[in-house]
Amino acid sequence: MDELWNGLLAGGVGRWADRLVNLILDHGQPTLDVIAAVVDGFGAAIDNTLIGLPPWALGGALTALALWRVGKGFALFALLSLAGIHAMGLWEPMASTLGLVVASTTLSLLIGVPLGIAMARSRLADGVGATLLDFMQTMPAFVYLIPAVMFFGLGRVPGILATVIFAMPPAVRLTALGIRQVPAELVEAGRAFGCKDHQLLLKVQLPNALPSIMAGVNQTMMMALSMIVVASMIGAGGLGNVVLQGIQRLDIGLGFESGLAVVLLAILLDRITQSFGVQSFGARGFGPHGVDRGASKGGAQ
Amino acid sequence: MTLILPSDAALSAVGADTARSGARVGEARGAVRMEVRNLCKVFADDPRPALALLRDGAGKAEVLARLNVNVGVVDASFDIRAGEIFVIMGLSGSGKSTMVRLLNRLIEPTAGSIQLDGRDLTALSKNELVEVLRRDLSMVFQSFALLPNRTALDNAAFGLEVAGVGRDARRDAAMRALDKVGLSAYAHRYPRELSGGMQQRVGLARALAKNPSILLMDEAFSALDPLIRTDMQNELLRLQREQARTIVFISHDADEAMRIADRIAVMEEGRIVQIGTPAEIITNPADEYVRAFFRGVDPSRVLRARDLARCDDRVTLVEEGEDPIAALRRLAERGVGYGYVRGRDGRFLGVLSRAEGTILNRPEPVAADAPLHSLLRRVATAPCPVPVVDGGGRFLGVLTRAALLETLDRGDDPRG
Repeated sequence: MDELWNGLLAGGVGRWADRLVNLILDHGQPTLDVIAAVVDGFGAAIDNTLIGLPPWALGGALTALALWRVGKGFALFALLSLAGIHAMGLWEPMASTLGLVVASTTLSLLIGVPLGIAMARSRLADGVGATLLDFMQTMPAFVYLIPAVMFFGLGRVPGILATVIFAMPPAVRLTALGIRQVPAELVEAGRAFGCKDHQLLLKVQLPNALPSIMAGVNQTMMMALSMIVVASMIGAGGLGNVVLQGIQRLDIGLGFESGLAVVLLAILLDRITQSFGVQSFGARGFGPHGVDRGASKGGAQ
Repeated sequence: MTLILPSDAALSAVGADTARSGARVGEARGAVRMEVRNLCKVFADDPRPALALLRDGAGKAEVLARLNVNVGVVDASFDIRAGEIFVIMGLSGSGKSTMVRLLNRLIEPTAGSIQLDGRDLTALSKNELVEVLRRDLSMVFQSFALLPNRTALDNAAFGLEVAGVGRDARRDAAMRALDKVGLSAYAHRYPRELSGGMQQRVGLARALAKNPSILLMDEAFSALDPLIRTDMQNELLRLQREQARTIVFISHDADEAMRIADRIAVMEEGRIVQIGTPAEIITNPADEYVRAFFRGVDPSRVLRARDLARCDDRVTLVEEGEDPIAALRRLAERGVGYGYVRGRDGRFLGVLSRAEGTILNRPEPVAADAPLHSLLRRVATAPCPVPVVDGGGRFLGVLTRAALLETLDRGDDPRG
């Protein structure tokens, strides 16, 4: 009895996963090809644009962004970091990694934000979504790197897709959380003044959930950056490739240099995206009145 | 021989201060706008057991204990009339916040009906309800509920924006609304730049901008400092004088209710225990709960001369044209010192004094709408009960010292 049970579970679940992958491979090829073409086209477009830009243009743009969103000190840090990366001869892999991160973050948000909205609005979507997210967040990444390669071959496409799976959960969770945290009375005000569902979402819920959603964007981007480095093992390219070379050749210097470039890029992206999450409407220094909501009793009953 | 009439000067002075409240009371007796019948709300997936228990007279606590079901409103029926301020009051948890949200279906009623101008709101589809909410109903919230990412102007324009009114038209209307509440100078400020009182003015402007026919105000002034609260109450009364709107006002503040209400509904444990004018509720509370609720209220500021004016057989009336000798004899027979002379048109003409044998124009009559606290000295110093007249000078009755003192004595002071 025990053996039957063990056989069913131990071999069984795995066998079903195996069969599913084979089924997709046998019958899903046209669909996979379409997905691959779209993702590849999108990734290549962003990647090639960033690599194609002269270093001074891309570096200047990033520095300007740092100056606008964060401040003078950070702009100087950005300039020095980018100059350092260029001096280490890692500019092109850095641009490529940035392109992959932007592509996978964009895809993650395109899927993740609507999913988060759905989860905030429907109990069913919340139940299904939460399970899916737990799965995506805890399943070791290497487990789906292998089927990704089987489906799409080596290269950019499986790298981006694996990264999307890995990086999407914070965008979903923080979007859902942000919408749920919109004060109940704001939602009541929206409905009391005759908002239809889409108006409530666009005019009341999303604007007020924006800081939380932007925190999700930030987290997604950070996770995409860490994953895209791992994904270089399946040929995604970029700085991860250089790290991999360093490991394979036991070249500690090269490994450290490319690792440092990843860290510097991470700091730049983190600070810049974080700055979009801080909202302030109106002059500072009027703090206490702005949070008068605390006085509410929290709506009905 | 006929009676010699005193001059009219003293009488005409009375008319002026009755104008304000007279007008309001007149409009308050408008047509019924909202008709609420047997409205119930229980928070349960299957409301039937709870409703059955409530029908058998169970209280809110009992339903919660036996079925673990929260009761919001039980069997509420009332009418709201055009142009009146209808205050719903009660302690926290009495169901008043639920009640106001049932009226615009922010909370779906479990049973009962709400007719707005003869149309049953509870039967409307989602889209029909949205149309009604956009056109007829506005709401003001305790916590202001302004959108923090919009300026005062865009907040005020919100209702018109969702209704699809063009940008220029809605901004014009919003600007006029802000102007009405005295905030046009702050139109381009964000909520966090405004004080609490100003924020609630924006909330009021948002509600007024679409010119709703019914305004729901949920504890609208409760989060404000006492001074600002009084300001806002005055503001509301001023706006109401400019254009009488139908207002449903939720409050837990007895003084506030007495100040602004045309009529008050008192709620306890989800049930309405009494509906009446402030004067009716203060002079004749339905039960101990209502009495306790308004214990702190100073009746001399709520009640007006008309509420105590008495015209029964203890008041000796002298009709115009009656023989004065006979009238004086009648006073002597009844052992009273004064008779009140009434004209053929019902107007008050003067006081016939037995001692002086003539008609005096003292004590001057008081206006029916004069609050009691302004009359204490006059009643105390007058030689006889003070006559009360309405805006048209018609005699309504007399105000006696005994009646006044009896009313001012709450009968339940801490020492008693």
